[in-house]
Amino acid sequence: MPADQTEAAAEGHTATASRPDAGSRRGRRDAAALALKDVPHEPGAPKPDPILVADGIKRQFGGLTAVDVDHVELQRGAITALIGPNGAGKTTFFNLLTGFDQPNSGIWSFNGRSLSGVAAHRVARLGMVRTFQLTKALSKLTVIENMRLGATGQRGENVFRALFRSVWGAQEREITTRADDLLERFKLDAKRQDFAGSLSGGQRKLLEMARALMVGPEMVMLDEPMAGVNPALTQSLLGHVKDLREDGMTVLFVEHDMDMVRDISDWVIVMAQGKVIAEGPPDSVMGDQRVIDAYLGSHHDAVLTEEEEQEVLAKAEEALERERAENEETAQ
Amino acid sequence: MDWQRIIINALEASVGLQAVVFALAAIGLNVHFGYTGLLNFGQSGFLAVAAYGLAVTVATFDLPFWLGIVFGLLGAVVLALLLGIPTLRLRADYLAIVTIAAAEIIRLTVRSVTFEGTFGGSDGRQGFAGGFYDLNPYPKRQYNIGEFGFNERQMWILTVGWVLVALSCLIVFLLMRSPWGRVLKAIREDEDAVRSLGKNVYSYKMQSLIIGGVLGSLGGFVYALGQASIQPDIFGTDTTFFAYTILILGGAARVASPVVGAIVFWMLLSLTDNVLNEAIDAGYISSSVINNTQVGQFRFMLVGLLLMLLMIFRPQGIFGDRREIALDAR
Repeated sequence: MPADQTEAAAEGHTATASRPDAGSRRGRRDAAALALKDVPHEPGAPKPDPILVADGIKRQFGGLTAVDVDHVELQRGAITALIGPNGAGKTTFFNLLTGFDQPNSGIWSFNGRSLSGVAAHRVARLGMVRTFQLTKALSKLTVIENMRLGATGQRGENVFRALFRSVWGAQEREITTRADDLLERFKLDAKRQDFAGSLSGGQRKLLEMARALMVGPEMVMLDEPMAGVNPALTQSLLGHVKDLREDGMTVLFVEHDMDMVRDISDWVIVMAQGKVIAEGPPDSVMGDQRVIDAYLGSHHDAVLTEEEEQEVLAKAEEALERERAENEETAQ
Repeated sequence: MDWQRIIINALEASVGLQAVVFALAAIGLNVHFGYTGLLNFGQSGFLAVAAYGLAVTVATFDLPFWLGIVFGLLGAVVLALLLGIPTLRLRADYLAIVTIAAAEIIRLTVRSVTFEGTFGGSDGRQGFAGGFYDLNPYPKRQYNIGEFGFNERQMWILTVGWVLVALSCLIVFLLMRSPWGRVLKAIREDEDAVRSLGKNVYSYKMQSLIIGGVLGSLGGFVYALGQASIQPDIFGTDTTFFAYTILILGGAARVASPVVGAIVFWMLLSLTDNVLNEAIDAGYISSSVINNTQVGQFRFMLVGLLLMLLMIFRPQGIFGDRREIALDAR
């Protein structure tokens, strides 16, 4: 996104959101970088001001351990990326933290409040709101209705009060004003009356993010915000994610696009086979040997010599021979 | 062929008892299926509980009429809770299986020999509608416009029935334009998204099941009072599927569609029935092709065909929005 456009976008919504140091984006980014400066680059490293702390989170599906995280902390006001190869357990970990799935064991807390056994909708009300990898736009609701749905504490959501518009009408107008401001910020105002199902993939991602903001979250969890988004929208989405931090929110996101991770995240947590294997600022993490091994396999660059190959082959044949002998024995 | 008779019969059917009963049943289903996406295949169970709640209270236990209505309504609420508590946390198909089974359990229980003393077995219950007709303000005579008309008992039950239909539509309209209705429609689209926005999906689904069940149960009262007798087999699965047909005919998730659907459905059944019978009597159709006793079954085939054509050429129903259907194809 060009700098002037960024400025315009930033100014456009200063009035709508509580934003302590409106101005350049650097403020919060530098603050986050400063806060994380002395944090060791180790899995489970303690943070100076953690908003989310998780301990011993374990989730098994039958014999498969999908998530086995010893300890992890997320810094308040920072953008943290959660990366890892396919099947590393990132989305499962997301589901566990947000109450969409329950772990076999483990405790975790948000703002010092334990979230064990707390239902997903209560987690959202506490200020931790997520989006989904496969976008969940509510197709047959219009864009503005999608937005209004996000607002919490609506009087008209009680079945008895719902019957009387006089009870909820004023609040509905407030919500609509707030929703329109957000739609403008996300450049969806032209689509206001369209069915959400008629939007493009990228627009749905934008809508989902804007709708999550209607909840008024303290922490936003984005599951692959860039998946299926065309490159033209990517820059705009990146800008919006950075804006979340500027508005004082904490962001945790899962992503495969390393350029994006490097561009916007203050801290990166790497998962592989259900465990956190590395942590650190983006540049140091991507050079970490454990991370390279996890993504590419530990022998990816070692060339076997002729002798080593022969040795491996001999061992395999020996094992086969032994097996055959054993089988014959049992047959007799 | 007596076209005047055919048309009058069709008109009487379109505002008659069956149309009222099925309009109410379909209004309830509209809340469940149309707005919330709950697959309730046991709507006949809600009608049965209301009808039997009333009939058993008055005819078996000799209690006042109003108490019967109260017990019938309570029965519908309890049934909704029983169905909802175990299934609403699970995937949508579980509710479908449980509701259809529960409706059959209710029907088979009330028709069983064991409880004949209470529910009257397969003969059902009679003699419970007196309290209702005591309130009849219409003097005893025939109320006609030309040949079209009803007697004072029919006038009374139809008046009450259509007032109930109008009130139910008003309630559905008020609820569905509110934020409460918005949550329901959102649940129909994707429950997890709604959950992620801080709404207690389970509670909303339960409220929807109760409200739709109670609205449907009004149909059970109207049927029981209109016939002044009930039998268990009128609350079979075909009652539920007629109600679905009516709802889809009108177009799901529209306030007026169950009403118009019911009117059109019963008018069509009456028309096909009468036209075929008259045509056979007049010799236009040879009785070797189809005879009068077969018409009763054959008309359902014709209506089925008509509905298939409707689904092909107008899948959104009478009131639906074609754009919404197009979204499903994406």
